[in-house]
Amino acid sequence: MKIWKALLVAAAVSTALVGNVANAADKKIALVVKALGIGFFEAANKGAQEAAKELGNVEVIYTGPTTTTAEGQIEVINSLIAQKVDAIAVSANDTDALVPALKKAMDRGIKVISWDSGVAPEGRSMHLNPSSSALIGNMCVKMAADHLPEGKGDVAILSATATSTNQNVWIEEMKKVLPNYPGVNIVTTVYGDDLADKSYRETQGLIQSYPDLKAIIAPTSVGIVAAAQAVSDAGKTGQINVTGLGLPSEMAGHVKSGASKSFAIWNPIDLGYSATMIANDLIDGAEAKPGAELNMGRMGKVKLDDKNEGAMADPFVYDASNVEEFAKIF
Amino acid sequence: MNMLLKNREALLVVAILALVALITLRFPGFIAPANLGRVYNDTSILIILALGQMAVILTRCIDLSMAANLALCGMVAGLINVAFPGLPIPLVIVAVVALGAALGSINGLLVWKLNIPPIVVTLGTLTIFRGTIFLLTGGQWINAHQMSAAFKGLPRADLFGIPALSWFSVLIVALMFVVMTRTATGRAFFAVGGNPHAAVYTGIDVGRTRFLAYCLSGALAGLSGYLWVSRYAVAYVDIALGFELDIIAACVIGGISIAGGIGSVPGAVLGALFLGIIKNALPVINISPFAQMAISGMVIIIAVAVNARAERRKGRVILKKAEAH
Repeated sequence: MKIWKALLVAAAVSTALVGNVANAADKKIALVVKALGIGFFEAANKGAQEAAKELGNVEVIYTGPTTTTAEGQIEVINSLIAQKVDAIAVSANDTDALVPALKKAMDRGIKVISWDSGVAPEGRSMHLNPSSSALIGNMCVKMAADHLPEGKGDVAILSATATSTNQNVWIEEMKKVLPNYPGVNIVTTVYGDDLADKSYRETQGLIQSYPDLKAIIAPTSVGIVAAAQAVSDAGKTGQINVTGLGLPSEMAGHVKSGASKSFAIWNPIDLGYSATMIANDLIDGAEAKPGAELNMGRMGKVKLDDKNEGAMADPFVYDASNVEEFAKIF
Repeated sequence: MNMLLKNREALLVVAILALVALITLRFPGFIAPANLGRVYNDTSILIILALGQMAVILTRCIDLSMAANLALCGMVAGLINVAFPGLPIPLVIVAVVALGAALGSINGLLVWKLNIPPIVVTLGTLTIFRGTIFLLTGGQWINAHQMSAAFKGLPRADLFGIPALSWFSVLIVALMFVVMTRTATGRAFFAVGGNPHAAVYTGIDVGRTRFLAYCLSGALAGLSGYLWVSRYAVAYVDIALGFELDIIAACVIGGISIAGGIGSVPGAVLGALFLGIIKNALPVINISPFAQMAISGMVIIIAVAVNARAERRKGRVILKKAEAH
């Protein structure tokens, strides 16, 4: 009997303690990423934690599957619903597959936003693009065009998976701005599936298939590194310029070797920060509707378009002059 | 039996030649000696891993943790290099081979001493190894500029016009050939998989032999870990994700029976080469990425179907003779 009593008391005390912790941070915002262990998302988490600190009464739960699958994210979302979080901010592995799970979350009063890689409109209240897709597409082509000898030449695109939402949108935008860059001749798009070895092999294939290739645009952080390595291994440094989207810490060596003249990325720390700030704004009662302006703290405000999407900022270009400095940050 | 095996390898050689011819029709540059050398170089790691897997499969076991073992050893090699950039690379290799063997021995001990089915053991250690990488690094990458020039340079070093990475695989193939055909342990792998009960009667310790097979596959995975990370000049949690399936596919294509006891070093090498040629050809012959996956899958099933036909036992010869009389 005594033991039971002791146990009950202990249980009561621990419940009270847990309760207290929950009170101290009364808003729980879950940051769901494509997969854990990717530098970009780890940096986004840094920004989210910064936002939580600034807000004071917010606890950020950084989570995601261990591999980039929609199934893994659905499991994570279901467990977050069970934990009764107040908001979910997700970077989706699949546009449509997450919708049912996220709808369930919204039915339970959880605010759902997507960021980085979007979810179909019925599965979220708003989507935060790191930059506008048009600006990213334009920047990628511009970086390739800037370093073409005599301003013209063959350019290939190395993407992640053929079904990757954000990659496909960016590639579409790149193709739209081509008339402004008459020297850029896009020859093909290949898919490295965000695997180092497959991206490396695809790049070798490009080098063989297109002897006059002058630039490779890889709008993926795994792909750009593998492509740069393959280009230097093939002895094509200086002839083929690898550009696209990458992280400064991962690209520093390849900029130094000359395989990549420049590349761009938005600041993932700012992105995680902004997503958290917007989620907080929605919990506090702001409404996500076309034309609405949501608060992003130190990043200013984001204005939503007719699809409830907003852009955070312009992509930022890194080259030999500044890559070392940013490599220390992310 | 020997005749059959020889035939099967000859069949595979013919299949590989036909494949190369077919690819050449669409992309003439593929047949160039420099390109074939490049394809072999690219397949080197798969060959080394397939040989390790072969030893395990021969003993009626399977090692699903090889790719995760590779990733962990590769990451450790990278971490060692970052912490002690001046450490000679041979020492780094010795360290990761030892680590790989130790990780393999965990599989081996669980299969041997606790009698847990190999597929369960290695499925468990697969996730444990991947998880350990995350714990070691907190998800951080090791990037090209953090690795020393010597670390990245070894697999690319030129020896008689051929990169060292290729030499590594040639060396391992030769070594494994001697081990599998000329040593007691090598023959024991076949005996244990072919007929475990008979193996016991000949004085072979079945559990211990399986343990050794796992140590061997672990050591080769450890070596491959260094080669992978230095070749692609990047290390992160997900390197070689899903590669265990490629390794097993290479073995199956190479005529190594999943039921154990049947297989050979040339078979494993040819199986790996077959897969490596397909992987390298698909990017240059302009096929949609969706068709690529389907083609890879189809080839594996066809290979298994052909092998399954070859393996079908032809009944008990003694009884049939008795019937006939």
